[in-house]
Amino acid sequence: MPSLKDLRNRIDSVKSTKKITQAMKMVAASKLKKAQNLAEKSRNYSSGIEDIVKKLVISGEHLEHSLMGGKNREVAKALIIVVSSDRGLCGGLNTNIVKKARLLIKKIENENKNISLLCIGKKGYDSLSIFNKEYFNYTKKVINISDIDYASLQYEGSNIIDSFNKGEFEECYILYNYFKSVISQEVKTERLLPYEKSNFEMDESEEGIFFDFEPDEEEVLSKILPKNFIVQVYKAILESKASEQGARMTAMDNATRNAGEMIDSLSLKYNRQRQAMITKELIEIISGAEAL
Amino acid sequence: MSDTTLFELVSPEKLVMSKDVTMVVVPGTEGLFGVLPRHTPMLSTLAPGVINIYEGDNVTDSLFVVNGFAEVTEERCTVLAEEVIPVKDIDTEKYEKQIEGLRDEASRSGSDSAEKVRKNIEEREQILAAMIKAKKP
Repeated sequence: MPSLKDLRNRIDSVKSTKKITQAMKMVAASKLKKAQNLAEKSRNYSSGIEDIVKKLVISGEHLEHSLMGGKNREVAKALIIVVSSDRGLCGGLNTNIVKKARLLIKKIENENKNISLLCIGKKGYDSLSIFNKEYFNYTKKVINISDIDYASLQYEGSNIIDSFNKGEFEECYILYNYFKSVISQEVKTERLLPYEKSNFEMDESEEGIFFDFEPDEEEVLSKILPKNFIVQVYKAILESKASEQGARMTAMDNATRNAGEMIDSLSLKYNRQRQAMITKELIEIISGAEAL
Repeated sequence: MSDTTLFELVSPEKLVMSKDVTMVVVPGTEGLFGVLPRHTPMLSTLAPGVINIYEGDNVTDSLFVVNGFAEVTEERCTVLAEEVIPVKDIDTEKYEKQIEGLRDEASRSGSDSAEKVRKNIEEREQILAAMIKAKKP
């Protein structure tokens, strides 16, 4: 049975924990608004460019470009980009993505392909490097998600495309948390490179359109295809950032509520015990008086 | 048959515009082109320049775009651009400063990255030139 002093200390410590989680929730809520705004507004652009590329891929068996698939190239190595957060305390967000990443790694291992991993966000790297250290063999291992903006991503992205063109790997996947709503995030796995029909969700009825190109096919493709890659990675990063804040907010909200419940039950225990002690003392006095 | 075409202008930050228009004039890399309803499907890269939007016989909007693509189909014209600035808000001074900053960087940095910076400067200068041209009435 803990003493009254112990209980008092417990209550105090839970109270201060509650204060911290509450503050974290507030911070996450204010950051969430901005991140959510960015993520949702950028969807227009990224889906717009993806749409164009999709149409090109559907209709474009005749199109020739190094980033286009369909030449029955043998895939010997895959690059997997895992987008997680830099910090913890955001519920199951990072665990979920790491779990999915491991599944994908297993699947690709079973197809007898080599793997390179690239993590955007420290937490993903921390967990994945425990079991899959040998796969971090790409020139970069981890990029902090907080350091990335569009300009620096353009640089990183063009490096990735360069090494794709050099044949360092033949396909590229990306895993990220899609921001469905504040309380629900969904891990999405997308195949980014090479561009093939199977990369896209589409209806049977969708047909490609034969475009005219200006200035010419090669010029347009060599601009739009790498750009789409970068935009899609950027989209994944924005979605992940919004998801992180959303997940943190709900996690901290739960933690605050749990702390409140804990304080209630501890205070109840404390009061009962105090009452019991008073009663005990009274009994002792009364029985002492009776004995006289 | 409708005599308007749906024009959409999208930047990474937002959907800037989406409306039915009579014609849009878009600055393609090979020169300006106008898009009317039932235009043949086309995909074009854009040069930095001004998009003019016509409703009826009048230009109702003029927007400066940088680094864009235009996708034209029979009923639609979609422009995706990295930067969209209304012509009246163009701030050439900001760009001049940026270019100066890049020049400083180029003189300080090593030869391999200097190449990239120089390319960047060239691009920026083109944009600036287009901006100055757009500013003129």
